[in-house]
Amino acid sequence: MASRPVALLMQAVLYVAFAAVIGIFSTAPVYRHLAEDQALLKLSFSQPGQLRSECRRRSAEELQRMAPNMRQEMDCPRERSPLTVELSLDGAMLARETVAPAGIARDGPSTYYARFPVPAGEHRLTVRIDDSERVQGFNHVRDETVRLDPGRILVVDFDPARGGILYR
Amino acid sequence: MFATARRARSPGVLAYPFPGAAGVLARVEAAFDRCFGAHANPWRHLGALGFHLFWIVVVSGVYLYVVFDTSVAGAWQSVQALSTEQPWAGGLMRSLHRYASAAFAAVILLHVGCEFVRGRYAGARWFTWISGVPLVWLALGSGVVGYWLVWDQLALFSAVATMEWLDAAGVFGVSLARNFLTPESVDDRLFSLFVFLHIGLPLLLLLGMWVHIKRLSRPETVPARALGAGTLAALLVLSLFAPVTSAGPADAMRAEPALALDWFYLAPHALMYETSPGALWAVATVLTLALAACPLLGRAHRPAVARVDPANCNGCRRCFEDCPHGAITMHPHPDARIGAELAVVDPALCTACGICAGACPSSTPFRSVRELVTGIDMPQQRIGALRETLQSELARLSGPARIVVLGCSNSVEVEALRSPDTAALTFMCAGQMPPSFVEFALRNGAHGVVVATCPEDGCAYRLGGRWTQQRLDGLREPYLRARVPREQMRVVACAPHEAADLRRAVEALRTRRSHASAAEEVVHG
Ligand code: HEM
Repeated sequence: MASRPVALLMQAVLYVAFAAVIGIFSTAPVYRHLAEDQALLKLSFSQPGQLRSECRRRSAEELQRMAPNMRQEMDCPRERSPLTVELSLDGAMLARETVAPAGIARDGPSTYYARFPVPAGEHRLTVRIDDSERVQGFNHVRDETVRLDPGRILVVDFDPARGGILYR
Repeated sequence: MFATARRARSPGVLAYPFPGAAGVLARVEAAFDRCFGAHANPWRHLGALGFHLFWIVVVSGVYLYVVFDTSVAGAWQSVQALSTEQPWAGGLMRSLHRYASAAFAAVILLHVGCEFVRGRYAGARWFTWISGVPLVWLALGSGVVGYWLVWDQLALFSAVATMEWLDAAGVFGVSLARNFLTPESVDDRLFSLFVFLHIGLPLLLLLGMWVHIKRLSRPETVPARALGAGTLAALLVLSLFAPVTSAGPADAMRAEPALALDWFYLAPHALMYETSPGALWAVATVLTLALAACPLLGRAHRPAVARVDPANCNGCRRCFEDCPHGAITMHPHPDARIGAELAVVDPALCTACGICAGACPSSTPFRSVRELVTGIDMPQQRIGALRETLQSELARLSGPARIVVLGCSNSVEVEALRSPDTAALTFMCAGQMPPSFVEFALRNGAHGVVVATCPEDGCAYRLGGRWTQQRLDGLREPYLRARVPREQMRVVACAPHEAADLRRAVEALRTRRSHASAAEEVVHG
């Protein structure tokens, strides 16, 4: 071992070096996950699409063939339509996705989440959603100019009960 | 695979499969020994230091919990108040909690690296290694969730990044990240879950740490006082000079584009945003599997394990006491002497160090049997064969100062010292050497004996060096007898690169012998 004062001094130096490494790397370097002039678009929804097909009245023969306890007049399929979404910014397509409903019987919500860092500023934001296989094309559209300040997070959600395509 | 890297001088498997890397580590350790002394050298006690840091985190965490407001609305304010309203108590505790956690992560990383370099993933040690793997995840999880409790912009960033990552696995069927979409999405119930996780995961971690050391005999979970105090002091000084602060309160509608990350815990978030959640999954999976697969690396070289000879085992329990891996248990002796016991080796736990053979009283070379059979022995290097080699080495020696060097296959290579007046004998571990071998050499023609062990607290088999020193000092059975002249013996604790220390010890004994003979001549002349 080195002479005691030298050893103690070296210990102090090494302990300080250790503390410095811990201190430095627990805050630095700063991580920039968005550029100075970027905003963040989040497109996310968790909604069941509309029923794929309408209820149907069973015919008498059909009912006859069924077990007595199962004889229900109306046949209402539970399966939901998948949700198709398109998101475009200033005419450029950012996302186009068809999301299947959850569940073995395909009767659950379609869930989607995606994030898009975009340049801050004014943009024409177009969102189209098709939540019904029984309707041709997109039955929900929102198309407007939005102002995104740097660092702003704009959430695009979908809830027909609250008015369709929602911006937050 | 590692055969080429092994030194061919000992039938014991060399403990270190990567001599190059182990050599670098040994040099670093030796340098730190000179400043800290072996007992307080952090490199030699990283596992114990991990436990120490864990307890610092627990104690400071309890303080924080007392004043923490477990609600979405109150969390940020309550943490901030620690720093602003009671900087000398709460602020200090908060900083200490964070810095000790970061140090914990760093120490664990080093611990894994060092244990890997020392080849301690293979053979009977697989359990300790494999049980370490989940600890990495639990430590990471505990730390990351801790950041969420502050509920500042960093917390939100980390929580969202984690959820986006989990969502990418596609196993939850829902989007967890949606839980943080708007300020209203996060409620107090979700926040209680964070608190639950931040207590639950460290508890699991502690349980895992306990399992991790379960197979070791006398695991070191408390570092030397100087090391513990030095580390705590360093973290306290850091906390005073660089108190931890929060970012602004979490705001789901406004991103903080640049964040001061704790790279010890939050680096995966950066990796994910620089690549993709899928890439982070790939990295995490590959690293975990690679770590978990390490024990397969050394499978081909499973050495022969210790074997007990019931006729020569009197059940004295010394091997049982000394085995560093708890591979020996005591059972009733089949010879049916009332109360007598027999040592039994569990091959699955034995790392083939031979420390048990060195502990066995039947290993004494003075026994007047033609073939020395001891109570517990290593088939690849029997005590009987070692006595024969020592005898022939002693018979070969000539010259006025005849020295015997008793070495360890993981310390300095002693065979290089062999010369007409120097004998060399290498044990699998210094602990395999029955202390009576020293006396045997001195009584059969040697003028001096040098014993080489691994550096203090640096035994390849954890405890061999310590037991050897204690046996030679007469503090641990089997003792080197008190009448053996200690001035004719030197113990050198050194790493393979410290051959010069060993040579110096040999020379010192030789010089001593020459002076003694000269003095004798004067007296008799
Ligand atoms: C929370 C994290 C951990 C803590 C607190 C910890 C602590 C310890 C302690 C106290 C020892 C005993 C040291 C001794 O007395 O010789 C030890 C040994 C060991 N640890 Fe860990 N450890 C951790 C994580 C890990 C990990 C992640 C691995 C590897 C994947 C690992 C591999 C080992 C090995 C191989 C040994 C030596 C076993 C032997 O010599 O036979 N540890 N650890």
